Amino acid sequence: MSPFLVWSLWAALLLLVLAMAFAALRLLKGPSAQDRVLALDCLYVSGMLAMLVLALTYGSSMYFEAALLIALFGFVGSMTMAKFLLRGEVIE
Amino acid sequence: MPLWAEILTAVLALAGSLLALIGAVGLLRLPTFFQRVHAPTLGSTLGCWCLVLATIVYFSVKENSLSVHAVLIGIFIALTAPITTIFLLRAALFRERRAGNPKVPPNITRS
Repeated sequence: MSPFLVWSLWAALLLLVLAMAFAALRLLKGPSAQDRVLALDCLYVSGMLAMLVLALTYGSSMYFEAALLIALFGFVGSMTMAKFLLRGEVIE
Repeated sequence: MPLWAEILTAVLALAGSLLALIGAVGLLRLPTFFQRVHAPTLGSTLGCWCLVLATIVYFSVKENSLSVHAVLIGIFIALTAPITTIFLLRAALFRERRAGNPKVPPNITRS
């Protein structure tokens, strides 16, 4: 792993952390509940992309399982919250 | 690790992260909710696939055999992100119409 690759992977990680910070800002700011659900979904996807960059940084393929788990829970969480906003309860 | 593989991985990883960042900036800065919905889709489509390609290139060159482990993640996101977005849009449309917001996108069903 040359220094160029190491530096660019850390730069990619920094960009993703900035993306997560902006999504968290929208989570705090969002004037309505659907804005907050959207921000949480963006946070989940950015976190999953950060897991993939960590897989590249540490050269281990164990991080793919963690990324898949984050994607799964993000999907289920966003669907549950959207259903709650639509109907007032999750399972009717 | 040969130089072409390192440069390709670095460029793809940076491109994916940059797209995710642009999507998050759009999420923060756009004025209405129905405009904000479009922004994170940048990161979850092109950003995700750029990073998946980066991992494919890196792990295939490192282990000298094609490793498409991360394609599962890309396919999962590609299948579920539209479902989440459309469902959230429906919930938001219902709530905005209920609240009497005048600037809601018009109804397109034949009624």
